[in-house]
Amino acid sequence: MTDTVPAAAPDHGIKPGPGRRLAGTLHRHPRLRLSLLLTAPMTWLVVAYLGSLAALFMSAFWTTDPFTSDVVKTWTPDNFKALFTTDVYRNVALRSIGVALAVTVIDVLIAFPVAFYTARVAKPKYRPLLVVAVLTPLWASYLVKAYAWRIILSEGGPLDWALRPFGADGPGYGLPAVIMVLSYLWLPYMILPIHAGLEQLPANLLDASADLGARTWRTFRSVVVPMVFPSIAAGSVFTFSLSLGDYIAVQIVGGKTQLIGNLVYSNITLDLPLAAALGTVPVVVIVLYLLAVRRSGALAAL
Amino acid sequence: MQLSRPARIALRATAATGFAIIYVPLLLVLINSFNIDKTFGWPPSGFTLRWWGNAWHSSGARDALWTSVKAGSGATTIALVLGTLTAFAVQRYKFFGRESISFLVVLPIALPGIVTGVALNTAFHAVLEPLGVGLGLFTVIVGHATFCVVVVFNNVVARLRRMSGSYEEAAADLGADTFQTFRDITFPLVRSALVAGGLLAFALSFDEIVVTTFTAGPGVQTLPVWIFSNMARPQQAPVVTVVAAVLVLLSVIPVYLAQRLSSDTASGSRL
Repeated sequence: MTDTVPAAAPDHGIKPGPGRRLAGTLHRHPRLRLSLLLTAPMTWLVVAYLGSLAALFMSAFWTTDPFTSDVVKTWTPDNFKALFTTDVYRNVALRSIGVALAVTVIDVLIAFPVAFYTARVAKPKYRPLLVVAVLTPLWASYLVKAYAWRIILSEGGPLDWALRPFGADGPGYGLPAVIMVLSYLWLPYMILPIHAGLEQLPANLLDASADLGARTWRTFRSVVVPMVFPSIAAGSVFTFSLSLGDYIAVQIVGGKTQLIGNLVYSNITLDLPLAAALGTVPVVVIVLYLLAVRRSGALAAL
Repeated sequence: MQLSRPARIALRATAATGFAIIYVPLLLVLINSFNIDKTFGWPPSGFTLRWWGNAWHSSGARDALWTSVKAGSGATTIALVLGTLTAFAVQRYKFFGRESISFLVVLPIALPGIVTGVALNTAFHAVLEPLGVGLGLFTVIVGHATFCVVVVFNNVVARLRRMSGSYEEAAADLGADTFQTFRDITFPLVRSALVAGGLLAFALSFDEIVVTTFTAGPGVQTLPVWIFSNMARPQQAPVVTVVAAVLVLLSVIPVYLAQRLSSDTASGSRL
């Protein structure tokens, strides 16, 4: 519709005012309209956002004065060398990626049956209500939820109390707690896209599969899973990237656990260039992840 | 798909467990706000409304709430303008780099908040400070707006995708110019998507702590920052619990409104 030839405006014998003339000019020049639309948002995102990111990564090649902690602007790849050669950094980076993957897998395993229920098993009239039930906790504050888990996992807290009759204790604060809490925090981000994907799944495909003799499990494996894969990938973008960068939940329930976000945070005031270099790890991992996921069409499903 | 009876029961049980896991911690926050103990003990030894009274009179919490509202309103306004402009460009035109724009819009929210926060912090220090503008509420708004654009963008794109262009063509055929068409046809059609996107953007800004930490000047404290810094203080803990409970109750509002306003934002997620 944008490239159609403008219809001649009906002549009412009225001289066009300046607004009308401007509208005419805009109507005849789609490129001008496009550039007017894009100038402000692109200036903001490219200059302010990408510019800041670029500046940050440039500073990863700088160094600091060992006595004053001031940033010294001399070009050196030392920070990146340290990243690859120091065991602590490597371990923390690998642990963070492991946590992010574990959280993603746990969320898929919990989210799939829940979404399957809300999208295909529950009575249609209850479905919007169930979606609201998934959405509501999403908007309850992140901190409030992490804080709730701090209480639940505390020594002698509700989880210990609930497990005591079974002769067990809760995990307390530490790495398992971090994985549990992050899985909890991002679960709705996984349920919602899978729900949307399952809801759009055409029923006649399932019928066709059944007509061709496939049993429930076979239909599930060969029809349902491949069709909703982009939705799962879309949800995983959030569970994965939000887990990879988190440092606040780790501070709240992690005990002594360190993830890459904590390392970045603790180095910011002392050694900004090193913090910047550490920050490139999640950025590179996530950009690669986004590019991989984009090939599956997941970003369009978002 | 025909499911066997046991499969249905198993799915129902899993879903019920899933919802229980989702809601138990929130319920616990609500119960805890009435807990008589100052240090949290489980099970609670008694209930009181005292902390709710204390929280009502807490000036720290009130100031923080007000700051959050100001930051959220500013960020939402900017995000509405930028997100809508981008959505119209991407959905109505074909041009080189169109795919990259959707990618670029997602990036501020897909990358960890700490990276976004530190990057903006460094940039503000390098660019704004020489101009005499220090970190403050303004920089918080700029930071929040950057990652709020995406929710508005997605809501508007979803609406435009479902909206046929024929109404606008009809308006043009009847002699309406670009501005009249927009005012009388296009805007009313996208209005509810704008409101829904704005609400979600506001909620997103309201909840943000990491980017806020790095972009706020001294003395600028949003509600999450206030909660985080008072959580560890034994004196403040009961008030923090009440504020947490209030936030759990309030979270129903944006979801309810967004759901009412537009069916195509059913996902309502960050994207």
